[in-house]
Amino acid sequence: MAAFLGRRIAQGAVVVALVATIVFLLIRLAPGDPFAASMADPRISESVRNEWRRSYGLDLPISQQYLRYVASVAKGDLGFSFSLQRPVRSVLADALPNTLLLMAVALIASFAAGIAVALAQVRRRGRLSDRVLGGVSLLFFSVPDFWLALLILTLFAYWGPFPIGGAVDPTSHDLLGPAGRIVDRLNHVVLPALTLTLLYFPLIARHQRAALLDELPSDYVTTARSKGLTEKAILSRHTLRNALLPVIALFGLAFPALLTGAVFVEKVFSWPGMGLTIVNAIDSRDYPLLTACVLLGSAFVVAGGILTDLLYRRFDPRLRDEL
Amino acid sequence: MTQPLLSVENLSTWFHTSSGVARSVDGVSFAIGAGETLGIVGESGCGKSVTALSILRLIQPPGRIEAGSRIMFEGKDIVTLDDKGMRGIRGNRISMIFQEPMSALNPVFTVGDQVAEVARVHGNGSRQDAWNRAVEMLSLTGIPSPEERAKQYPHQLSGGMRQRVLIAMALMMTPALIIADEPTTALDVTIQAQILELLVELQNRLGTSILMITHDLGVIAETASRVVVMYGGEVVEEAEVKTLFAGAHHPYTEGLMNAMPQITASRGRLNVIPGTVPSPTEWPSGCRFRDRCSYAWERCEREHPPLYQISGSHTSRCHLAVEPERRAHPHLPLVEQANATV
Ligand SMILES: Nc1ncnc2c1ncn2[C@@H]1O[C@H](COP(=O)(O)OP(=O)(O)OP(=O)(O)O)[C@@H](O)[C@H]1O
Ligand SMILES: [Mg+2]
Repeated sequence: MAAFLGRRIAQGAVVVALVATIVFLLIRLAPGDPFAASMADPRISESVRNEWRRSYGLDLPISQQYLRYVASVAKGDLGFSFSLQRPVRSVLADALPNTLLLMAVALIASFAAGIAVALAQVRRRGRLSDRVLGGVSLLFFSVPDFWLALLILTLFAYWGPFPIGGAVDPTSHDLLGPAGRIVDRLNHVVLPALTLTLLYFPLIARHQRAALLDELPSDYVTTARSKGLTEKAILSRHTLRNALLPVIALFGLAFPALLTGAVFVEKVFSWPGMGLTIVNAIDSRDYPLLTACVLLGSAFVVAGGILTDLLYRRFDPRLRDEL
Repeated sequence: MTQPLLSVENLSTWFHTSSGVARSVDGVSFAIGAGETLGIVGESGCGKSVTALSILRLIQPPGRIEAGSRIMFEGKDIVTLDDKGMRGIRGNRISMIFQEPMSALNPVFTVGDQVAEVARVHGNGSRQDAWNRAVEMLSLTGIPSPEERAKQYPHQLSGGMRQRVLIAMALMMTPALIIADEPTTALDVTIQAQILELLVELQNRLGTSILMITHDLGVIAETASRVVVMYGGEVVEEAEVKTLFAGAHHPYTEGLMNAMPQITASRGRLNVIPGTVPSPTEWPSGCRFRDRCSYAWERCEREHPPLYQISGSHTSRCHLAVEPERRAHPHLPLVEQANATV
């Protein structure tokens, strides 16, 4: 087990390093310039821009830039964001916790809701309520994400039990005690997380339902029935445990969203998260910020893969004996 | 026999599929007394498993137990019992041992947990009591170091071990009846003998009745006192095992006997019954065995034979019972004649 983890983490580190290198090269080879915005301003001469380039080391050959970058990352310094004029580290320190909170709540709620809906459907398989639940899922699966976010925003702007914008209350948050701050944050996360959950759960429900239906004809289900278990107990204990693997794979694939967030939700609910940070970094050719995001992103992808393997082993004892 | 423990009366279980109605079990009757072992024997597809599953009402749609069927057990009709009453019988008063010990166990739970689950459903002790009882039953079925084995998963056990686990599971609540559906078919010959011995020994100790389902008359000879022969979803012959081995009446049973490998016979070709079981969606008119029978005559096509009484408790679904002189004139069975003309 420890050997397995060690090997997977080492492999992951190599992958992250490779991805970071490739992205470092690609974004510098792509057309565009970090100082393009200043080109339109006649008061800024080319020599000023050259001075700026020099101060960020952009005049050096790419190989040297790369070595400097590797050296600074190794020291834990992710560089300085051109566009925001702040250290990358402090940009991430602001945006990342917000995104982690929102996406963790949204992912957990989506998977819980998806699995629950699938169990409810399979218990009533073939009946009207199965089809109704399937139809509702399909509806949410097909609505445009921006539209749903705006709909929820509008609805709750009138109703109003939950705040409709920002990650915290801008006026009162700093005055609250520790418990009050947590409540404030959770209140703000409700609507964006609800939007994401409504959009994500149908996919999980569909996969989970199909996996459960695949397991039902198994002999062990007949054995469980012959022991006198209720259909409910058979489904939620015996069948679900065997039908979780495809959904665990989905969870692993969704895991990097913890970092990248969702741009449309951030826009509609003014959520200060990673999605918009990344989009802005691309727009403004903010190399240090973008490279740092990709570095973290690939780390999350690798972590999602390792987590998937660990969960597989947790839920399927047959995989534990393999290395 | 006084009041039987289980009596199956006119059981019909049909599958209503898009390609027709499969009358897999079609008017089957038999009874089992307390402590008795009744064998059901027949070729693949004759309806043995469907009969077994019907007794525990484990038939899933499109299958259905048809109106007019009765399964009386401990004074209740299983066919019309409510779901809760049915669950109270399953695993508690009647339990089942399946053919495939690998797939019959859930791969993701320990075997001890799966055995203990029966007591968690039916018993009123604690979780720990259920576990202790499971270990005790595993030990009773001859599993060495049962405490450790209980914590293992099915894939970590051999086929014979897994079948012992299923037997332990079936015996947890000391049921009145165990239905064993080909419990040894998937096992090596040496293991087969051990498992059969174990079942007989535990039966003697616990006084349980057994419904022993098999396609192997050898298994019947070793375990059962009475035997029901099934063909085409029907009972075609029923007799004491001794009576049957002394002289089977139905040509199908004769065929099964001849197909048994004989230890005394010199090595040579195994006798087989020509042809195959017809599809349950289209049983032939009259006698369902007539295509494969070397005695068949017009009456067999015209008239579906009833169960004739041969002697005492010996019955046979063959017109030879009323026209015994025809036995002197065997001919090639119809299927072989058909093959010959191709
Ligand atoms: N779910 C089902 N749907 C349709 N037909 C079925 C179904 N289950 C069983 N049957 C049919 O019922 C008939 C009897 O099947 P059954 O499983 O009882 O045979 P069996 O005597 O147990 O044979 P085996 O020795 O192969 O186990 C078969 O022809 C089979 O095709
Ligand atoms: Mg069978």
